[in-house]
Amino acid sequence: MKIQKSPFAKTKFSITLLGLEKVMKMKARKYLEFKERLKEHDCTAQIKLKDNSQGRYFTFKGGNIRSKSGIHPNPDASMIFYDAELAVRLMSPNRDQLEQVNAMKNFQLGMEGPDELTQWFVQLIGAIFTVGTKYGVDLGGGVKRYTSGTFAGPVFVYVKDDKIIRITPMDFDETDADPWTIKARGKEFTPPRKTTLSPYGLNFKSQVYSPDRLLYPMKRIDFDPNGKRNCENRGISGYERISWDEALDIVAGEIRRVKRDYGPSAIMASTGSHHTFGNIGYYMSAQRRFMNLIGFTFVLQNADSWEGWYWGAMHHWGYSMRLGGGEGEGTVEEALKHCEMMVFWSSDPECTAGAYGGMEGSIRRLWLKDLGIKFVHIDPYYNHTAALLGGKWIAPRPDYGNALALGIAYVWITEGLYDKEYVKTRTTGFDEWKDYVLGKDDGIPKTPEWQEKETCVPAKDVRALAREWASKKTFLAAGGAGSVLGGACRSATGIEWARSMVYLIAMQGLGKEGINLGNMQAATPLDATFFFPGYTEGGFSGDFNLTGLAINMFNRMPQLPTINPYYKQMIPRLRLPEAILEGKCTGYGNLTDAKSIEHQFQRYDYPLPGYSKIKMYYKYGGSFIGTQPESNRYVKAYRTEDVEFVVNQSIWLEGEAKFADIILPACTNFERWDISEAASPGGYGHGAFMQCNHRVITLQHKCIEPLGESKSDYDIFYELAKRLNLGAMYSEGMSEFDWVKRLFDATDLPKVISWKDFLKKGYYVVPAPKEELRVPCGFRWFAEDRARDVPELGPLAADFTDGMGHEGLQTPSGKIEFVATTLKRYDPDDPERPTMSKYIPSWEGHHTTGLLKKYPLQMISPHARFTFNTMNDGKDSYVNDVKDHRVLIDGYYYWIVRINTNDAMDRGIKTGDLVKIFNDRGAVICAARPTERLPKGTVHSYASSAVYDPIGEPGASPDRGGCINILTPKRPIIKRSHSNAGNSCLVQIEKWGGQ
Amino acid sequence: MKKWNMIIDVARCEDCNCCFLACKDEHVDNDFLPFSLSQPRHGHRWINIMRKERGQFPVIDVAYLPTPCMHCDDAPCIKNAKDGAVYKRKDGIVIIDPVKAKGRKDIVDACPYGVIWWNEEKDVPQKCSLCAHLLDDGWKEPRCVQACPTGALRVVHVQDSEMEKIINDEDLDVLHPEYKTQPRVYYKNLYRFVKCFVGGSVTYTHDGIEDCAEGAHVILLKDGNTVAETVTDNFGDFKFDCLEEGSGRYRLEIVFKDYEKKALDVDVDSSRNIGIIYL
Repeated sequence: MKIQKSPFAKTKFSITLLGLEKVMKMKARKYLEFKERLKEHDCTAQIKLKDNSQGRYFTFKGGNIRSKSGIHPNPDASMIFYDAELAVRLMSPNRDQLEQVNAMKNFQLGMEGPDELTQWFVQLIGAIFTVGTKYGVDLGGGVKRYTSGTFAGPVFVYVKDDKIIRITPMDFDETDADPWTIKARGKEFTPPRKTTLSPYGLNFKSQVYSPDRLLYPMKRIDFDPNGKRNCENRGISGYERISWDEALDIVAGEIRRVKRDYGPSAIMASTGSHHTFGNIGYYMSAQRRFMNLIGFTFVLQNADSWEGWYWGAMHHWGYSMRLGGGEGEGTVEEALKHCEMMVFWSSDPECTAGAYGGMEGSIRRLWLKDLGIKFVHIDPYYNHTAALLGGKWIAPRPDYGNALALGIAYVWITEGLYDKEYVKTRTTGFDEWKDYVLGKDDGIPKTPEWQEKETCVPAKDVRALAREWASKKTFLAAGGAGSVLGGACRSATGIEWARSMVYLIAMQGLGKEGINLGNMQAATPLDATFFFPGYTEGGFSGDFNLTGLAINMFNRMPQLPTINPYYKQMIPRLRLPEAILEGKCTGYGNLTDAKSIEHQFQRYDYPLPGYSKIKMYYKYGGSFIGTQPESNRYVKAYRTEDVEFVVNQSIWLEGEAKFADIILPACTNFERWDISEAASPGGYGHGAFMQCNHRVITLQHKCIEPLGESKSDYDIFYELAKRLNLGAMYSEGMSEFDWVKRLFDATDLPKVISWKDFLKKGYYVVPAPKEELRVPCGFRWFAEDRARDVPELGPLAADFTDGMGHEGLQTPSGKIEFVATTLKRYDPDDPERPTMSKYIPSWEGHHTTGLLKKYPLQMISPHARFTFNTMNDGKDSYVNDVKDHRVLIDGYYYWIVRINTNDAMDRGIKTGDLVKIFNDRGAVICAARPTERLPKGTVHSYASSAVYDPIGEPGASPDRGGCINILTPKRPIIKRSHSNAGNSCLVQIEKWGGQ
Repeated sequence: MKKWNMIIDVARCEDCNCCFLACKDEHVDNDFLPFSLSQPRHGHRWINIMRKERGQFPVIDVAYLPTPCMHCDDAPCIKNAKDGAVYKRKDGIVIIDPVKAKGRKDIVDACPYGVIWWNEEKDVPQKCSLCAHLLDDGWKEPRCVQACPTGALRVVHVQDSEMEKIINDEDLDVLHPEYKTQPRVYYKNLYRFVKCFVGGSVTYTHDGIEDCAEGAHVILLKDGNTVAETVTDNFGDFKFDCLEEGSGRYRLEIVFKDYEKKALDVDVDSSRNIGIIYL
């Protein structure tokens, strides 16, 4: 930008400064809130030019302001501009954010004085523009309707007297955009003009007003930062209320002490996989900005919901930036028009809603049902999608890998029922795999009869399925999202399952008319060109290393970069307990850097040479005990003196929060400002908003004041930052509300709605494009060997030899590779992960006969239906009353385990009996539900209880809260991975008599 | 006079519990006088989703029956209350007056559908008010219906004559017609919950290989009379639905190509998966 020197700059600056006093006085007269702020400090704050040629100082006393032109010799706080031109520009309400960032980086804008005062002064000036802002729709009778965004969908929030009355899905009004219409088979399909919520979206009110809410900071009673810390008592000693000042002083003091004594890498920080919704308050935004500023060791997530796709399928078709999942654009329209059969395979979208998809896909799947499309459901559990849609249920035993897929391929190959031309032109390596299927190399033809021994699916059914599949235009709905996810990918055989899905659909001509991947979850014909970021794009994190900020946001929302100099030291989340208890661990594949396929081969070790081991843990939320395998390990890791200090920032006292030394109470998203789009994580969930029937972008109003003394995450980190003299770097002098406005300005929203209108109404529905401008069907370009015409972020340009988009997929050949070049280059002889998909029996399944004798039941623990992982579970919330979620027995809400009727009978177990599920890793007490929805030998219980409630010593006694992952194996799918195989789990069940 | 009616499609209910949770969201901690006092945080089910599994592995289905107050035109609870503690509005909605009904536990027992709940703390019987406070405020539907993602729940505000037409056109039933209470809640596809089925798979062997018998003719007979006929699908599967539970012995006859006709007897107590039938 060209900066013009103004001859009148000094005069303007002088007027601005004089005006400042007048405006502040005026605002104080008008707004009590502003008046109160003025009273917070008695001090002298100065704004001046660096060369001391001009300035004005403001004296605050008892809420009164006086100001005087000139340079104060000894002010309490100073804001210093390089010259008058810059000062005038940056003090205007419409300042250029990039210029401010540059001014801060280039030492043209500085602060002097303690953060407490300088930040107060800066925020006070900022509040001039925002105090008294009106927002929400007045419904009369003292009721206001606000809006918020949640991982269950966007909502209206009705508030009266600072109390939430109700939280509902959104019904659109006449000013909102009309929805799309798909014309197919002589009919028209249009979604209702409303949003839907996942069930847990209707549970929020009871969570806001939960008795488990943390309403003030707490300290473990036997923790003394200056004396005995009693770390071994974590999880058993109680808590006492302390003041915010005390809590923040302890945390800031511990951060300083640990950094001084051990170095920043001794601070470990971790979060759950998800957070309350919003682009500013999300953990990849506020938390990351703060942690980067203090420096820390990053706890790296695994591709927890993707596993087999990430470690397997990615090598055969690319899509590394989608963590190995396929594209899905346009498939709703394609299926409605052309598909004749849909095979759901480890796919229960009525349970998992894709990801954040509310219940948006349900109506679309019912359209298919109404059209008479045939459905097949392959899942050990008669899942909710099968229950709603009907069709043929095929129930393999769990953890069967690719055996069933091999049986199908065998029929196709021997009966000539696959697309030979497509396989020849659009894939490589098929003949080699074909020989394997036919048994030419190992002498074992993978016949339907052979697979029956592995899967328990009758050979005749496999033949019938294979023949019908090949004779119809068939959609393969692989995994919960249709082209990714699915419980089968999170097992010892998940890699083989996921890549066999790619193989099968390739054999039938992926991308040809009516032949695709999808389950009506992705994607609707929405406008993909309207820019609004998702949370993985990093919000205001300033984090260029581990978020999508650099790629998709920084050019739109310039901000101070926040570089964590210690980011090279990472702890794989699944090995966190070993890092602490054994002092070392190893991981593979940094998924935050998934720009190439090969990134997943990167090994990282903890500790790095010369880096410190972990001494302090800044934990954000409390989910690991409910979600991570063999989770008693995590409990044990807390109860060691090696970790000298644990702080947990949490909304509720639950799960891991009960293992902290200091607990900082955060508020929910209904009590703070934010901004978000429904079902839009961005990044690895690129275009995921197309799961919805409407693109709904929501201002997350601050609907009510934070309960008790709780604060927003933004404000908690800000308070800490100020104590560490990082306030300016953290906030850039802005409030949470200011950042929300700044993000609004960075999107396409200002082109279509004013800030004032958006503040009032709270949401915007992006109009669907006209039919000619709809995103084309995914993989059509590939099937037709054309340049890519779908809006995918990847592959990046470097992955092509001759330029962008003309060489097909991200694989080295550009084709679907039956034999993966990337694996051949990495390790052609890896028995755990051959270069092509082969049958590899599970390391904890029906072939591990010794273990099976002791623990004869195979347990699957898929993603839950009535919670979003641990979020929305427990908390004495309404969801406890859902019959298929928990069962009330003797005054306690128990988690449910589902067991085949005959297995239950063999054990004398009846509906509602308390049972102990156990193996060598631990035991969980659950309520039994005998059912015909499972084959004999298979047990089903959802993962991720939020309640950890050991009946004896934590980490060493049965849990009655329902943390099923206590039982699942910590072993990775393959050694050279950072992966979770939770659906490979052998257990025994017996009646629980309280012993 | 237009009146409110609710229509529930059992085939479109998937037990997502959005209705149940929306009801709690609306009524817990909120008094809406004169129609309702707040619902307790736990325990009440003003819309109670009943659950049913039919059949045996792997030939099964499941059905859910959302059960709110039936808002009967001839409501036993109104008769029982006598003194106006329970009354019917002109628009068809049955309301328990939370003031007049205080202490009247007998009202709970008066309902044959079991949809009235006792609030111990407030000493009052409670039930679904069809969110009368919202409908009176201009809402087009109660919370449960607004939150339903599949269209399984809907309300219609029509004259009784028009409702008669809808009942006929859409083939609607009431739950437990034998109670004779004239409910205003109607069900579609109720057979999924109250009737039962007989299903199975037909298999044949050719060239030493077992395969599914597609196109086999299956006849269901009772007392020598044909009740229904069907043809097996490509998995050899067949299913006869809408049979009465406990309706006794049936005979199945299966004819497939030139294989010998197969016949077997089935006792229908509840839904039955015959399993694999080898020709």
